[in-house]
Amino acid sequence: MGAGAGPALGKGGEVSAAQPIVRAEEVVKRFGRLEVLSGVSLDVAPGETVCVIGPSGSGKTTFIRCINHLEKIDGGRIEVNGHLIGYREQNGKLVEDSEGNIARQRCEIGMVFQRFNLFPHMTALENIIEAPVRVRNVDKARAVADAEALLDRVGLADKRDTYPGKLSGGQQQRVAIARALAMKPALMLFDEPTSALDPETIGEVLEVMKELAREGMTMMVVTHEMGFAREAADRVVMMDAGRIIEEGTPEHFFTSPDNERTQQFLSKIL
Amino acid sequence: MIAAFEWHIFWDRIVHPDHVFAQALWRTVYIAVLAQVFGVALGLVSALMRMSRFRVLRILGGMYVLVVRGTPVIVQIFFIYFGANLFLGFDLVPRTVGLGPVSLSGAVVAGIVALSINEGAYMSEIIRAGIDSVDKGQMEAARSLGMPHGLGMRRIVLPQAARVIVPPLGNEFNNMLKTTSLLAFIGVYELFLDADVHYSSTFKPSEYFAAVAFWYLMLTVIWSVIQAWIEGRLAASERGDQLSFWERVREAWAPVPGRLWGRAAR
Repeated sequence: MGAGAGPALGKGGEVSAAQPIVRAEEVVKRFGRLEVLSGVSLDVAPGETVCVIGPSGSGKTTFIRCINHLEKIDGGRIEVNGHLIGYREQNGKLVEDSEGNIARQRCEIGMVFQRFNLFPHMTALENIIEAPVRVRNVDKARAVADAEALLDRVGLADKRDTYPGKLSGGQQQRVAIARALAMKPALMLFDEPTSALDPETIGEVLEVMKELAREGMTMMVVTHEMGFAREAADRVVMMDAGRIIEEGTPEHFFTSPDNERTQQFLSKIL
Repeated sequence: MIAAFEWHIFWDRIVHPDHVFAQALWRTVYIAVLAQVFGVALGLVSALMRMSRFRVLRILGGMYVLVVRGTPVIVQIFFIYFGANLFLGFDLVPRTVGLGPVSLSGAVVAGIVALSINEGAYMSEIIRAGIDSVDKGQMEAARSLGMPHGLGMRRIVLPQAARVIVPPLGNEFNNMLKTTSLLAFIGVYELFLDADVHYSSTFKPSEYFAAVAFWYLMLTVIWSVIQAWIEGRLAASERGDQLSFWERVREAWAPVPGRLWGRAAR
């Protein structure tokens, strides 16, 4: 499953010491005539936590959905771990890859959704073991043991046999994080993971995410939680109108942003 | 002169069903069950075709539903039984069809085929609506976990769609029990033909048709009880209740359907 370091398919083909986990080059995405991404380029290094912020409609959610090919792209290219995502090269052109290959690539990329999207007909444990057992063909007993460890890690060991409908929003989101981690991904994508939560349960989810960042997981987080960005991010990326307009360390970002649009946005949100 | 309703004939048909009648009743039931099962399978296939990425499949699935829902079921039955043989130049439906130890009359097979095809078109609509009712985020979550579309459909979407599909499916089966009576016209000896045969020889239409109406009513009433029980179980599993004794029996005895029914969705 792409474990060995395949040849980098990047333009120059250079394989640096620390190959980026994510390499997005000039990504363009249109919905009909509306261009939502107008050439977005971003590299994410191993172990890095990148927070993507910006006003609604700026394309940040679309951008991270392109990274695991939940959205097709209309231009540019995206590589994860050196593998071109969603497409293969044929005579210098990009053609959409087969479903099986795309599915295999997605195994390496965990995703956490705004509205959790837990499987309501399965218990917390069943949600977590489903993909390892069915997709990775992990032995069931082994998958259960792993899932129990993950539930323990997100503080929900006692909710093992509970159905999602009986869990609070924050608990559901923590199960969703555990479910994504169960595939042992190289990269975790978070699409506004706390936007649908009650204020009192946001903290417990952010705590789990901070812990994950500290452990060295490579993460891309679309968020409106500036506190989290300041505390856990290695880098903050500001998007507006389908472009990255500014990026930098959290200190730089929250103390002296260069871009006028960033200043306006932060003054409204902070 | 108005003929008096002869109650003893009516009661006799109900209280003392003869052997021929019992066979006719059994035939009605198994034809309905088989046609419904195949109809659900056809409906599932055509619903998936109509939701496919491939245009050709979408068009084929759509044509099937359009044509079948747009023509009378009796025409379909006659077409399959009488027409298809001539049309194809060979016997699509031979006089008797041997299936290992059992052999069925050609009319019964043609009837089951015709009713299945008819039912499939209606089930197609119901199943598609059921699949549509499942939140799009469910398939996205499945795909993001590396599940191919088919696996996500089978493990994640269909079990949740089942909750929406089961109530109208129950109504379809209720209809099916009664629609089997049309097979009398191609000579399938089921409940209605049994009544018709008695009527022809005695000229007592009221008594015999009232009696057969009673038997159809019995079948649909029994089914409605079963349907209510199934829907009750579905609602219970939606609430995340503990598995009941019967659910556990089903889990143990029905490897695949157990998931589809017993634990279907919240």
